[in-house]
Amino acid sequence: MQKNIPPWQIKRELKIKSEEKTDPNYGYKPEERPIKEYLRFGIINLDKPPGPSSHEVTAWVRKIFGVEKAGHGGTLEAHWAGEIPKLQAYCQ
Amino acid sequence: MGWGNPKVTGVLPIALEEATKIIQALQLAGKEYVCVMRLHGEVSEERLHSVFKEFEGEIYQRPPVRASVKRRLRTRRIYYMELLEVEDRNVLFRVGCEGGTYIRKLCYDIGEVLGCGAHMRELRRTRAGPLTEEENCVDLYDVAYCCSLWKEKGDETQIRRIVQPMEKALELIPKIYIRDSAVDAVCHGANLAAPGVVSLETGIEKGDTVAILTLKGEAVALAKALASTEEILKMSRGFVAKTKRVLMPRGVYPKMWRKNSSV
Repeated sequence: MQKNIPPWQIKRELKIKSEEKTDPNYGYKPEERPIKEYLRFGIINLDKPPGPSSHEVTAWVRKIFGVEKAGHGGTLEAHWAGEIPKLQAYCQ
Repeated sequence: MGWGNPKVTGVLPIALEEATKIIQALQLAGKEYVCVMRLHGEVSEERLHSVFKEFEGEIYQRPPVRASVKRRLRTRRIYYMELLEVEDRNVLFRVGCEGGTYIRKLCYDIGEVLGCGAHMRELRRTRAGPLTEEENCVDLYDVAYCCSLWKEKGDETQIRRIVQPMEKALELIPKIYIRDSAVDAVCHGANLAAPGVVSLETGIEKGDTVAILTLKGEAVALAKALASTEEILKMSRGFVAKTKRVLMPRGVYPKMWRKNSSV
């Protein structure tokens, strides 16, 4: 059924259904949004450092920008946190 | 003893304010990792190669005990597994997989199949959907520095470099571009009707997740296609996509629709 092709290797073309122009009075091209808007609709491709959790890193970014909301996509975690300190305590 | 938390680094997409609505799309997006796996016994390289091949395709995974999702057996797709280097009992490999695949679990399962056991030692995510470590990947120092340039000196050029428009996150999702007049209706949660479509990408099948965009390229919503690309191109009436997640605030484009008007 589905072939084993990663999504980033799928090629797509654009097909035109009808001709239409957009009114420059409404909205902005994403790269041309004024800076406040740009940030409000912005994402950061962050290189997560080892150590802190995805949540902690996201909280830092939120503080740096002084924004109210920030979230991360695809948690990057070892899924060990919590187990090891417990194990160590056990061993002592 | 070699205990301690495995080092986990790499691409972590962070969305600000309104852009947080797009996170869902990134969570589902495919990922690529480079991983160091530690074997608990001697294994030949040929055997590693053949076991890696076995793991390509659809695999079953039960999420680990400490996971953020329900622990029921689920399938995940491994697009490719590539052995990069073996040194002693450490195995460096690259894996491309569907979103939600647990790599620590994958290492454990590979260890089981090999018979000797194995665990994940280090992990680096090299891709999350369209975001890769090669393109515009910044660290926390960059972020803090560029942000201070903006706040203290009013220089926005750097901040525009490290922050990208949320539309970047939709790059791998098939797109439908719509007329200005159809935008606000979709922002209010309406489904997309055929006359609103200006252009669209090939390869859309019924049931696929699609991104609805304005002609300026702004994200309007995530939707579920109700027809294929070919069908939509021929349709002159009826709905082509069911709106699932609105991304654009209401009122950016003028309201051009009336209640009870048929499309």
